[in-house]
Amino acid sequence: MRVDAQSAPRQVVVRRRIRWGAVLRELITHAFLVMVSIMWVLPMVWMVSTSLKTDAQIFTWPPQWIPRPFRFENYPEAVSYIPLTLYARNTVYIAVGTIIGSLFSCPLVAYGLARIPWKGRNVLFTLTLATMMLPFQVTMIPLFVMFRQVGWINTWRPLIVPSFFGSAFYIFLLRQFFMGVPQDLVDAARIDGANELGIFVRIILPLVKPALAVIALFELLNRWGDFMGPLIFLNESRLYTISLGLQQYRSERSTEWAYLMAASTLVTLPVIIVFIFTQHTFIEGITLTGIKG
Amino acid sequence: MSSTTIRKPGISPSTWVTLKGLAFCSPWILGLLLFYLYPMLTSLYWSFTDYRIMNSPVWVGTSNYKTMLTDPVFAKSLRNTLEYVAMYLPSSIIVALGLALLLNTNIHGMTFYRSLYYFPVLVPGVASAIVWKWVLDPQWGIVNALLRSLGLPTPGWIGSVTWAKPSLVLIALWGVGNSVVIYLASLQDVPRSLYDAAEVDGANIWQRVWHVTVPMITPTILFNMIMGMIGAFQTFTVPFVMTQGTGEPGQTLLFYSMVLYRNAFLYLQMGMGSTMAWVMLVFILILTGIVFSTTDRWVYYGGA
Repeated sequence: MRVDAQSAPRQVVVRRRIRWGAVLRELITHAFLVMVSIMWVLPMVWMVSTSLKTDAQIFTWPPQWIPRPFRFENYPEAVSYIPLTLYARNTVYIAVGTIIGSLFSCPLVAYGLARIPWKGRNVLFTLTLATMMLPFQVTMIPLFVMFRQVGWINTWRPLIVPSFFGSAFYIFLLRQFFMGVPQDLVDAARIDGANELGIFVRIILPLVKPALAVIALFELLNRWGDFMGPLIFLNESRLYTISLGLQQYRSERSTEWAYLMAASTLVTLPVIIVFIFTQHTFIEGITLTGIKG
Repeated sequence: MSSTTIRKPGISPSTWVTLKGLAFCSPWILGLLLFYLYPMLTSLYWSFTDYRIMNSPVWVGTSNYKTMLTDPVFAKSLRNTLEYVAMYLPSSIIVALGLALLLNTNIHGMTFYRSLYYFPVLVPGVASAIVWKWVLDPQWGIVNALLRSLGLPTPGWIGSVTWAKPSLVLIALWGVGNSVVIYLASLQDVPRSLYDAAEVDGANIWQRVWHVTVPMITPTILFNMIMGMIGAFQTFTVPFVMTQGTGEPGQTLLFYSMVLYRNAFLYLQMGMGSTMAWVMLVFILILTGIVFSTTDRWVYYGGA
């Protein structure tokens, strides 16, 4: 260590400089976030607020945020006004069906696309991507006529059966996952004499359980809110899903706003609860499709 | 090509691999044929016919296409949808990216904020349409109530011809969570070293965003743009539920897919419906093509 005139001992003053720039930035960010959060949550808060009011309280000026008193009866009344529990159950049945279908077909296909080096898999993969961009309208009319010809209209089959053949989005997602499995594991299994199916079931599948969870979650979310599918394929209200059912609170004459809001809350709550518990999985799934896409 | 080792009788290794590949992919291959290829070809054929489902399709050539050009309802719905897409696309990119940038900072409670922005995506479309119809009610809605209390003008929102479509854009922007998540992940992939280098060069935060962040995530912007456009073209649930299929007020909310639905499933004009579907596809392809042709100028693929 050289000692020269400049590094001669002198008092070293340690002063923590407040980086105003950073503090200001953080405050502004917080302010923005809070402001935007309020705007974001506003409709849902208003939905719950309205769901607890009487009709008189709904149509008052100025609007009340917190109804006095809380009219909790709106909820059981809403559920009996239209058979909401029936519709919810229907939706769950359909969702379970499509989840089983997707979890059966998509891993198989994704494995074939990711880990079997066969000729033509790139063509198939490109086609798969192409279908992700195809608007539903192009196929929905012939699909309707097709299902009508086999008598499947007004059943749940048009909604559930196609999932047993695969779905572009999930196949894509799983393929990315599968491609990340180390080849050594597969080679080791092959040396041990496992055939392709064995490798698939015993090596690959257990490694992609997170991805399977993502698919189940996404599919649940999609079926829960699906409107156009049930609208086209279902005619009888006993088969309706909640999306179709929600519409029944409105008629030519009037709209039961309190019941509508209560029903909307009931319909939204389960998904939000599921989401809160599975956030990480959700976000991971979306991220994967967006980044690799 | 030697075959001194054990030879499986009959099937060569490469054929075996192809068979295995086909076997694993067979559900999807079947699905593609049954639920995509066949319907696509059929609807293309039907677009040139008059098909009322009760009888067989009757060939009418390009008559449906000509009707589409001249009939005011079709033209209006197409214009509505194009206007909506034009309004929605840029705003969705700005809002989603803006939110992602905001959410990319490391302040306390960030996970909470991030979840909050995703909630609207979880709300079923029908519920969302209903709630927003109520929230934006010109008379009783909370938005106008707040504006009124602040002394600001209160637009007619869904009830007004000028404000109806912007209202729908607003609702769609509320549900922009998926894009935000994708942008967030993409933002985190931008190498720190680039930011450090820019800081050394004296760039402030805005310059860093514009010159480092945005260029590095242009592939993601492209992806969200394409997917956003395709989705926006198909907009159906919210306007359908809100207007109960009518597209009021003044037909401003008469979206293309609503007219398509009406023609195909209410009037049972499957031929016309197919024509509309294919015109939509062509529009999407053209617009996607235009977007892709510009990518050389703004998309940077050198990414991490």
